[in-house]
Amino acid sequence: MTTALATPETTKISVKDLNFFYGKFHALKGINLEIPENKVTAFIGPSGCGKSTLLRVFNRMFELYPEQRAQGQVLLDGEDVLTSKEDVALLRAKVGMVFQKPTPFPMSIFDNIAFGVKLFESLNTSDMEERVEWALRKAALWGEVKDKLGQSGSSLSGGQQQRLCIARGIAIKPEVLLLDEPCSALDPISTAKVEELITELKRDYTVVIVTHNMQQAARCSDYTAYMYLGDLIEFGSTEQIFFKPTRKETEDYITGRFG
Amino acid sequence: MPDKHLSTQFDSELSAVSTRVMELGGLVESQIRQAIYALSQFSVEAANEVTATETRVNAMEVDIDRELSSIIARRQPTARDLRLLIAISKTTANLERVGDEADKMARMVRSIIDSGSPRSLPALELRVAADMASGLLRKALDAFARLDTAAAVSILKEDDQIDQEFNGFVRKLITYMMEDPRMISPSLDLLFLAKAIERIGDHAKNIAEFIIYVVKGADIRHTSMEEIESVLK
Repeated sequence: MTTALATPETTKISVKDLNFFYGKFHALKGINLEIPENKVTAFIGPSGCGKSTLLRVFNRMFELYPEQRAQGQVLLDGEDVLTSKEDVALLRAKVGMVFQKPTPFPMSIFDNIAFGVKLFESLNTSDMEERVEWALRKAALWGEVKDKLGQSGSSLSGGQQQRLCIARGIAIKPEVLLLDEPCSALDPISTAKVEELITELKRDYTVVIVTHNMQQAARCSDYTAYMYLGDLIEFGSTEQIFFKPTRKETEDYITGRFG
Repeated sequence: MPDKHLSTQFDSELSAVSTRVMELGGLVESQIRQAIYALSQFSVEAANEVTATETRVNAMEVDIDRELSSIIARRQPTARDLRLLIAISKTTANLERVGDEADKMARMVRSIIDSGSPRSLPALELRVAADMASGLLRKALDAFARLDTAAAVSILKEDDQIDQEFNGFVRKLITYMMEDPRMISPSLDLLFLAKAIERIGDHAKNIAEFIIYVVKGADIRHTSMEEIESVLK
C-alpha cells in the first residue's frame, strides 16, 4: 500500500512500514500513515482491526508486555520513537494518553493533576496552583471542581473523571494527545463536552482518537483512517471518508453494510 | 441498492422511500400525458383532471419529505446512503414542480379554449416537444430506479433537443402574432404552455444529474459535458 498523505499540513507523526506482533499474531501489517500537526485524526474500524494497537505504538505503551513487538518506524518530528534512546517516560510526557475508562489516581482532584507535573518540573506552590487551574480550565472542568479540589478524584461523575484524566494529560504540556475510546463509558452530555474539548485541544496539540462511534469520528475529527484486520484501508479528510470514500470496504463499513 | 445493511429495517426504509418517489413519478407522468391529451383534443375535462391530480401530488411530496427527515434523524446516513437520500429529496421537489408545469399546461389549454379560436393556432405542433419531454421524464425515472449513469448522460444530451424545439416554436408563434394581432392573447397562452413543456425537460435533466451524484459522488450541475464525461470515466 502507498503512503497515505495528509498534505499540505505539517506532519507530526510519520508511520513507515509499521508491523506489529502479539507473539506470533500479526496485528498491524505494513502501515504507512502521516498524522498532521494540530489536527484531530480518528482511527475507525471494527474490533480487532488494530486501531488501539497502532495508538499504543505511538508512545510505546506496548512495551509493558514482553511478547509484543513493533517493526518499522514511527517518526515523531522526524525522530524514530521505536529506536530512540530517550527515556520512555519523557516520550510519554510528549505523547500523552487517555484511556477508555476514566482512571483517576486515588488522590485529590488537585493531586491528580499535580502528580504528573511534579515528575517533570519543580514548580513552587503558586505556580503549581496556576498550572492545575490552567489544565482544569483547558479540560472544561474548572467551573465544576474549583470549590472541591481537595476531594477525591473518584468522587466525580464518569464524564468529569474523564475530563480530569484529559486535564492530567495536558497538565504536563504534551505535544500529542492519544485518546483511546475516551467517550465509550460516558453519557451523551458528557460525550458532547469531551468532543467539544477535543475540538478546543487541537489548537495546541495534535490529537489522535480511536473510536467505535463513527458519528463521533465524523463530528470531531479532521482526518479519518479506516482500518480492517491490521491493514490501513483508507485515509483521508473526514469529509471525504464520510461523503465519498474511495474504497468499497470503507463505504460498506461506514454505511453499516459490514457483515 | 445491491448489498444489504446490517439493519434490515434501514434497508426497508430506504426501499420504501425509493418506491414512493417512483409512485410520485408515475403520478406526475400520467398528469403530463393527460395535459398533452387535453392540448391535442382541446378537452376541458382532461384539463380539469390534471388540475385535480395536483392535490395528490402535493400530498405525496409532503409524505416523502417526512419519511426522509425521519430516516435522516434516526439513521444518520453516510456516503452513498446520504447521497441517495439527498437525491431523493431533490428529485421529489423536481417532480412536484413537473406537476405544477402540467397544471400550468392544463390552465393554458382552458384559457385557449375560452378564447374561442383554438383551431387557428399551431397548438398541435407542440405535440412533438411534449412527447419528448414526457418521454425524457420517464427515462429519467427509469434511470433513477436503476441508478444508471449511462442513461443519465443520454438524458442530459436529449434535453438540448427539447430546448431547440422550444426556440423554433417561439419563432413560429411570433409570425402568427404579427399576421393577426387578435391572436396575440391566445398565442401568449400557447407560449406559456410551450415554456411549461420546456421546463419539464429541464426537471428531467435535473433528475438525471442527481443519478450521477448518487453513484459517483460528483455534483455535475452547471458543468460542461466534457467535465461530466471525465467524472464518469
